[in-house]
Amino acid sequence: MGAEQFLQYIFAGITIGSIYAFVAIGYNIIYNTTGIINFAQGEFVMLGGMTAYSLSNYIPLFPSIILAVIITAAIGGLIENIFIRRMKKTSVLGMIVVTIGLSILLREAALYVWDEQIRALPFFTGSEISSVNILGARISPQVIWVLGVTSVIVLSLYIFLKYTLTGRAMRACSENSSAALLCGIKTGNMVNLSFMISAGIGALGGCVLSPLTQTHYAMGTDLAIKGFTVAILGGLGNPLAAVAAGLLLGLIESFSISILPMAYKDVISVVILLIILLVKPSGIFGSIQASALKDF
Amino acid sequence: MKRILAVLLAAGVILSFTLVGCKKENETVKIGAIFAVTGGASFLGAPEAKTVEMIVDEVNASGGINGMQVELIIKDSAANPEKAISFAKQLIEEDQVSAIIGPTTSGETMQIKDICESNKVPLISCAAAEAIVDPVAGYVFKTPQKDSYVAKWIFSTMKDMGIKKIGVIAANTGFGNAGKGQLEKYAPEAGIEIVISETYDKDATDLTALLTKVKAREAEAVVNWSIVPAQSIVAKNMKQLGMNAPLFQSHGFGNIKYVEAAGEAAEGIIFPAGRLLVAEKLPDGHPQKKNLTAYKTSYETKFGEDVSTFGGHAYDAIMIALEAVRKAGSSERKEIRDALESISGFPGTGGIFNFTPQDHNGLGMDSLEMLTVRNGQFDFLDK
Repeated sequence: MGAEQFLQYIFAGITIGSIYAFVAIGYNIIYNTTGIINFAQGEFVMLGGMTAYSLSNYIPLFPSIILAVIITAAIGGLIENIFIRRMKKTSVLGMIVVTIGLSILLREAALYVWDEQIRALPFFTGSEISSVNILGARISPQVIWVLGVTSVIVLSLYIFLKYTLTGRAMRACSENSSAALLCGIKTGNMVNLSFMISAGIGALGGCVLSPLTQTHYAMGTDLAIKGFTVAILGGLGNPLAAVAAGLLLGLIESFSISILPMAYKDVISVVILLIILLVKPSGIFGSIQASALKDF
Repeated sequence: MKRILAVLLAAGVILSFTLVGCKKENETVKIGAIFAVTGGASFLGAPEAKTVEMIVDEVNASGGINGMQVELIIKDSAANPEKAISFAKQLIEEDQVSAIIGPTTSGETMQIKDICESNKVPLISCAAAEAIVDPVAGYVFKTPQKDSYVAKWIFSTMKDMGIKKIGVIAANTGFGNAGKGQLEKYAPEAGIEIVISETYDKDATDLTALLTKVKAREAEAVVNWSIVPAQSIVAKNMKQLGMNAPLFQSHGFGNIKYVEAAGEAAEGIIFPAGRLLVAEKLPDGHPQKKNLTAYKTSYETKFGEDVSTFGGHAYDAIMIALEAVRKAGSSERKEIRDALESISGFPGTGGIFNFTPQDHNGLGMDSLEMLTVRNGQFDFLDK
């Protein structure tokens, strides 16, 4: 394999990995405050892309993305208000099952509101046919956008959770929600906020990814499964780990394709995932002590 | 005198209507339909269901078939073969339909082929795989053009372009695998070498890595065979990798939405398809032109979206089913089957259908045209 080709496989891995990573980030925020793994995360991605597409018929691209993020975040908050908040006695496992139900509900609603057709937002820079040439290998400018937006999100999440009062309050809820309540933190509001942030990030992902992956009502499930895999691989609860794990999985898949038929791609990645989880059940970057305190 | 004549004429017309009404009172012909209205093949199934509903409404509004009203029962299989099986049984046993049209996908059709055959219910499939009608089953028909024609058209175009080495990629669906098989079967006799042949997941969102591999094998052209949205992703990824090899697609590309989703990357894609997509561009005397433009206009005005070849397959299926009912003059399954085999010279969207006891597809090589994408529109490929 020549150097140029080697680099091309790396780029291919980064492209697919950046898609996985973006979806995976969303899982961590809700998980951090509630311990719930939200299986409707993929549907937030879909809703963001769909809403932005519809809005972009009337207003320019960037305002419509911002509006789509706000609308989806509101839907996320609403869902928490209507479904999650009412279930005081439901176990975490029960809640997870509820999120699976929500994902089906959102998917069918999207089919009703829009239709079964595929849509794609325009490329932010250049067009479908433009690519950036780096040392003879090529990458779509949109992938650079995805990586850029991902970095900004991870960085701001880190600062938010570590240094702001609200961020600390959210983390407190995850450590021990009754203790947080005693400290005067409105845990209900924090959970609501985590759903809104999660939905918002998912929606932003849906917009940034749309030119690459395209958007249709049923796209959420498959993205959610890969994103979930990546979140587990990195260690649940850590957005930065999710990005690293996403890129790692992308690269593994890309290089497995280079030597084996593509049909084996998922076998390779699942085997590697299983090995990692056998050796380190808390994920590559997860802390064993922290994961022992969680339900999942 | 004129007025009296007019009144008499009107009375006569009314009388004849009532007479017909008396004779065939409450008589209906039940047609079942199984389409993947939702799920992964909804790009195909939804326009199919819409088309069939529209046609049946039109036929009923204009007095039905031989005075019989058509009762349509549509089931949504979501492209799930298990669901298709249970719906087929339900339509046959509970609803007692005279014939079934659909299912949308090849996988589903192959699952219910035997059920229809053993229950002696005519099935007119809207799926493409050749195995549906080869070997011929007495009660099973299909409207889309055969895979082998598509493969042969692709190869003959490649020959004209001087292409010798190609890469084949296909989705891991019944349609994709069947198409890949046809390409591999006919490549040697066309003198074309397949340097790489791969399948990808039907829900794939990025194929850069696979195409990097195809590029490394120095394929002079790429053939993608699928019905899924990955058809647009392949086009985009190829351009992003700076691949200049021409991209051929199967007849599964016949929906303008895929072109829109691929944007500029769709320019120059070559694929064989029926003439529905280029109906306006056909010469006036063409035998299909009248039907094609009629269907296109009524579908597009009614639903506000572009026609696709898939809706066209369903149009052909229901029109042929109704033609058979008309010819048979009855709603008996056996008589409809016999009438189906005798239909010939029937202009549909897929071509001119000539069914025989040996050929339950009824279309020839000439039912396809090589098309390309030019300025975001489907157009004839210049020879």
